[in-house]
Amino acid sequence: MSAHTEELAVDHHDDHGHHHKQTFITKYIFSTDHKMISRQYLITGIFMGIIGILMSVLFRMQIAWPEEPFTIFEIFLGKWAEGGVMDPSVYLALVTIHGTIMVFFVLTAGLSGTFSNLLIPLQIGARDMASGFLNMVSYWLFFISSVIMVFSLFVEAGPASAGWTVYPPLSALPQAIPGSGTGMTLWLVSLAIFIASSLLGSLNYIVTTLNLRTKGMSMTRLPLTIWAFFVTAIIGVVSFPVLLSAALMLIMDRSFGTSFFLSDIYIAGEVLHNQGGSPVLFEHLFWFLGHPEVYIVILPAMGIVSEVMATNSRKPIFGYRAMIASILAIAFLSTIVWGHHMFVSGMNPFLGSVFTFTTLLIAIPSAVKAFNWITTIWKGNLQMNPAMLFSIAFVSTFITGGLTGIILGDSALDINVHDTYFVIAHFHLVMGISAVYGLLAGVYHWFPKMFEGRLMNKNLGYVHFWVTAIGAYGIFFPMHFVGMAGLPRRYYTNTNFPYFDDLADINLVITIFAIITASVQVVFLYNFFHSIFYGKIGPKNPWRSTTLEWTAEMKHIHGNWDGPIPHVHRWAYDYSKLNKDETDYVIPGQDYVPQHIPLKDNEEEMNH
Amino acid sequence: MTAFLVVLVIILFGVAVWQMTKIFEMSKTKQTDTGDIASDKDNKVNGYLMVMFLVFLYVLAIVCFWKWGDVLLPKAGSEHGSQIDNLMLISMILIFFVGIVTHWLLLTFAFKYKGEKGKKAIFYADNDKLEFIWTIIPVIVLAGLIIYGLFTWTDIMNVSEEDDPLVVELYAYQFDWRARYSGEDNTLGEANVRLIEGVNQLGVDASDPNAQDDIVVNELHLPVGRKVLFKMRSQDVLHSAYMPHFRAQMNVVPGMITQFSFTPTITTEEMRMDDEVVEKVRHINLLRREKSKELAAKGESPLDSYEFDYLLLCNKICGVNHYNMQMKIVVESQEDYEAWLAEQPKLDETFAKLKENR
Repeated sequence: MSAHTEELAVDHHDDHGHHHKQTFITKYIFSTDHKMISRQYLITGIFMGIIGILMSVLFRMQIAWPEEPFTIFEIFLGKWAEGGVMDPSVYLALVTIHGTIMVFFVLTAGLSGTFSNLLIPLQIGARDMASGFLNMVSYWLFFISSVIMVFSLFVEAGPASAGWTVYPPLSALPQAIPGSGTGMTLWLVSLAIFIASSLLGSLNYIVTTLNLRTKGMSMTRLPLTIWAFFVTAIIGVVSFPVLLSAALMLIMDRSFGTSFFLSDIYIAGEVLHNQGGSPVLFEHLFWFLGHPEVYIVILPAMGIVSEVMATNSRKPIFGYRAMIASILAIAFLSTIVWGHHMFVSGMNPFLGSVFTFTTLLIAIPSAVKAFNWITTIWKGNLQMNPAMLFSIAFVSTFITGGLTGIILGDSALDINVHDTYFVIAHFHLVMGISAVYGLLAGVYHWFPKMFEGRLMNKNLGYVHFWVTAIGAYGIFFPMHFVGMAGLPRRYYTNTNFPYFDDLADINLVITIFAIITASVQVVFLYNFFHSIFYGKIGPKNPWRSTTLEWTAEMKHIHGNWDGPIPHVHRWAYDYSKLNKDETDYVIPGQDYVPQHIPLKDNEEEMNH
Repeated sequence: MTAFLVVLVIILFGVAVWQMTKIFEMSKTKQTDTGDIASDKDNKVNGYLMVMFLVFLYVLAIVCFWKWGDVLLPKAGSEHGSQIDNLMLISMILIFFVGIVTHWLLLTFAFKYKGEKGKKAIFYADNDKLEFIWTIIPVIVLAGLIIYGLFTWTDIMNVSEEDDPLVVELYAYQFDWRARYSGEDNTLGEANVRLIEGVNQLGVDASDPNAQDDIVVNELHLPVGRKVLFKMRSQDVLHSAYMPHFRAQMNVVPGMITQFSFTPTITTEEMRMDDEVVEKVRHINLLRREKSKELAAKGESPLDSYEFDYLLLCNKICGVNHYNMQMKIVVESQEDYEAWLAEQPKLDETFAKLKENR
């Protein structure tokens, strides 16, 4: 393998002098360079994130102050907030699109798209992705699907509003809810394009990781980031096509009169002709992607956190092989647990038992990971850079959110908390907030790699971190209580149930925390965009990290390394390793040994 | 000679200055700004903040319980409900124990090992024994939870005909519920949305003899102590029949009949007397009176005072009015239930009306 790679690499290097002449269009727009594509993903993801978070603030305001007029509603919602009072149909549209945007556009494309693109070639020692062209197509398909999704917000009858899970028949019948007209069509088209983009991207990541590793970079020397991105891509390839089939069948049910998911329906005064389909089938297909999807979101974050934590603890990641094994175990189990979203869907109760069993099994590799992270910082020399803070907070929210999963994964307990706010609190902590922390840790950590050596301002980073960390718990910890009080999700207002009146002040507290937390993201946005142009230029390897990306040129060049690609002689975690006599570090005075440094004479060889 | 020496000195001086400026320039360009990399001071400040964060989390948990512990659902009103509550309690104790311990470790480590210049981290990459321990402990604990959970689950979901359950149909449509009692024969008549016509709102088959004694109502009455088997049908989209006080929920799916069964054990009257419920209702009424005062100031009508009732809610997004799709449930003695049922019109009357109108 390596001989072949080298040959390719040399070829590539030889001719890279010729195509330095780049026009604005080939450099910034239709770029095939993985570093540029990664920046495109990140900035598109941030833009979509702003929309998604803003939506959550709007509907949280409606929950805290039900049916009260706000000028801000009138500004953003126009005809759906006449007199400033939010309309029930737009409330559902907001929660639907918030979910869709955050899960797919921010946490799948924005996280995995950004960092897989940036780090896979740089950390394995490749000059670019296996196919730069496919990579470019992948981004532009993502861009088109984002445009369609945003465009769908402006159609006459409103955007899709059947919940982000778009269960038919609600999503199939415009008679059932206005958003299931053009809005839903655009949603489905957008998602279909998104899936194509994700597949092209994933195939590229897999091929690149398998074929383009530099000499010496065996699979067991890969940084955990690459392992996480690699396995994520595999889960994506396995499960996204199933969602595509579900989306296509739903499109057919909606437009071509088929009955995959529809049967025995009487709506708006007439009986529909559809017979024999089953909404439960859609639920199966949707969650066959939907559940792996949450791991597609969380695994890259786990990889980033492992890497950032090891670097900033100045210690090797604890249990490297166990970390890889747990990534693989989680990935495998993630494809056989989808039924835990459907315990009370009407499927055979025996299946419920099976899915309870497989679901609780996932807790085991997750626990191993959590303990390994905690052990990683034990007796370290922790450098509290913003990325490190977000990584520590990631472990915290992942534990908190993961623990409540034990309740939801247990079919008997799920009966009473299913579809309540308990679920919302659970998944926001475990895959929403955690994945966002992973994303932010990645942005702070690899910002210098993305923007030619510039660093983000650390003090703004600290403000951003602490307000976000406290705010996120302030939002989602009390929310468990709302759920255990029996309040269903997706209710426009709770005032029709006097029984829930005593939840009003909890909801108020949650909303206030939500507004504060959302506002402080402005500090991040300012820091991000300001630092792109005016950030201080740090050293080439600002975090004193061992991985290969820090040996690449600070200035972005096509091909990453000006000279030959470095070869790898060790694993990625030789932090604070002592020499044989234990008198000093392996390299005297330097507490880390980069991967491209050959083994020293006075150094004990480990298993890597 | 002197002139030559002077020229040489001048030249050398010039070279020296040139070299020095060059060194100065080089050192200037090479110098990078490490101001945005965490310093010892940052490490210290954030290390202390990590401890504060730990305190914040513990205080947040305590405050939530202290302030909002009373909003949680009261004791279960059904037989299997106490089993669920028990399992929930065990799981919760476990969760809080693990959560408190792991957060303690994570955040005190973050404080204790905050970075300092010259401090050495230990090179500690592996320990098979430790990893084995924290793999096997979750395995054992989860095995216990899985077994307990599965027994509870099968117990709840298995309905045997020997229990002679009362068969009731729950019928969902945008945006309300109907209940159909199966009458004296305890057998529901056949029904299909294609038979919906005028007052025959549920599409019950008029030619089915089992349907004649069926009774359709929009308030659910249940006799205490008797197992009820709900057969659920939807007219249009997915709904979910959620009865939180009975720890009961099942989706209502168009095109198929789903079921759920439970035995109510506490009548509505008894539940209203329960200490927790009394306190909760008192609190709610207090809030409603305050709100009424505000409304009165604005010249609007005040809110009614609240009395506890069991509820059936829709818990699956079903359309614009999803937030107000509810039905009252009354659990009462067998006699009261029978007396109430006897007052309700049977479906044969409805069918007769339908024929007249044709």
